[in-house]
Amino acid sequence: MTAVASAPLLAVENLRAWYGHSHILQGLSLEVRAGEIVTLVGRNGAGKTTTLKSIMGLVPKREGRVTFAGVDILDRPPHERFHQGLAYVPEERRIVPGLTVEENLRLGILAARGDRATKGGRASRHDEARRIEAIAETFPRLKQRLKQEAITMSGGEQQMLAIARALMAAPVMVLLDEPSEGIMPILVEEMFEQFVAMKRAGTTILLVEQNVELALDISDRVYIVDGGAVVYHAPAAELRGDPEIQARYCAV
Amino acid sequence: MTDLTIGGFPLDLLALQLVTGVALGAIYVLVGIGLSLIFGLMNVVNFAHGAFFMVGAYVGVFLYGYTGSFWLSLVAAPLAMGLLGLAVERVLVRPLYGRGIDDPLLLTFGLSYVMVESVRIAFGLTGLPFGAPPELRGAVDLGIGYFPLYRLFLIAFSLTVVGALWLFIERTSFGLVIRAGARDPQIVQVLGIEISKVWLAVFGLGCALAGLAGILAAPLQGVTPEMGIPVLAEAFVVTVVGGMGSLAGAVLAGLLVGIVVAMTSLVAPDMTKMAIFALMALVLLVRPRGLLGRAGALG
Repeated sequence: MTAVASAPLLAVENLRAWYGHSHILQGLSLEVRAGEIVTLVGRNGAGKTTTLKSIMGLVPKREGRVTFAGVDILDRPPHERFHQGLAYVPEERRIVPGLTVEENLRLGILAARGDRATKGGRASRHDEARRIEAIAETFPRLKQRLKQEAITMSGGEQQMLAIARALMAAPVMVLLDEPSEGIMPILVEEMFEQFVAMKRAGTTILLVEQNVELALDISDRVYIVDGGAVVYHAPAAELRGDPEIQARYCAV
Repeated sequence: MTDLTIGGFPLDLLALQLVTGVALGAIYVLVGIGLSLIFGLMNVVNFAHGAFFMVGAYVGVFLYGYTGSFWLSLVAAPLAMGLLGLAVERVLVRPLYGRGIDDPLLLTFGLSYVMVESVRIAFGLTGLPFGAPPELRGAVDLGIGYFPLYRLFLIAFSLTVVGALWLFIERTSFGLVIRAGARDPQIVQVLGIEISKVWLAVFGLGCALAGLAGILAAPLQGVTPEMGIPVLAEAFVVTVVGGMGSLAGAVLAGLLVGIVVAMTSLVAPDMTKMAIFALMALVLLVRPRGLLGRAGALG
């Protein structure tokens, strides 16, 4: 097992987070190793979304430790976390209205472009176009719609776009919040196949998912979150064989 | 020509007023776009925008006195106001982000008084006379009558600037970030963009446009410390009529307001203010978000 030797890519230790006076996370800890798909499950309001937001730097009041690739990022702003290789696909997808599919995709790589050593803008424009082409190959549903206003697409297509946009800058790790929510089953399966392909390509995934069955199929490990902390943690196969635990924490 | 009349006014007089209205409108467009951009992106109502307009005019007129080059003033006034805008955003406005719409509004309101008083102290209460530069004086025969060259220049120059701005916002990467940031600043940050830098730049850009409008307006009536006050009111009407945050709306509304002002001043010079507010009320009755406004829109 290589896992013993390697330090986790992401380590969350004793994380606490608040919105106003409501204390959402009460000392949550978890680890994700490079190349894994790890899933957080649990009831609504358990703190799963807040966990992802805290990892991305979108929760103003938090305490604890969040280490990504060996760097403590707890006090870093979201844009710096992006540059360290984190990507975030929010539950609400957040497709920017008024922009085309292509413009939404470009938005995903603009900042990364500035990061590169290449000074001249022209070569990077070329990179940008090549990247959009590559992503459009991966997500054929987006390919015919590049010039369409993104917000006019179906919910499932918008979700695909949100994921594709997050992948534009070739992140090390992607945080996915409830990607299957409100999406046709056929598209959900297509999407989960996509996640497996992402993993195969070396991308690490931290997934929040209500569809426990599907999530267990593709995950390496599972954390159950309840009341703002982790209450159970096991390899996916183990939870699959434990219907009692599933019923206790995962029933919606 | 003069034997043709509409409503008792000779046609060439009406045409002249129309050109004057479009020239005024071009000024309102430049001021209104800056106001609209800043509001669209940062939710800041910049009450000092008229003061930037006025100080821009003074900077331009002052420099003209030294160099004799209007073209230099045309570059220096927006540049100076852009830099001042950057400083104001960085030092005064930035600490107030996230504190609602009132705090930056009060701050910029106070700042406008400071700017007006400073100009009064430095340049006196009465203002400075300023005419069109020699190369832009005189009138041009357009076939339907003679029109002041400067006003035609002002219209052409402003439209060029607005066109360039449109290309900048619609075609460049930074423009894409501006459009996205107006809709959803958080997702822009998640995608690796430091939004505070975008806000800084847009605040500077808006103030630069106000400064440009100021020096462009200076030859129309000279410069006074109070010249920004009515322009601010008119620019607010422009952003509301055009739709908050809409570039095309600001252009449309700016020209509309300019023409309404010019035409009203022909029949009832005292009623111009009332006419533009009546126009605003009328537009809001029919389209509560303005002519081209959408919620949180920019573009």
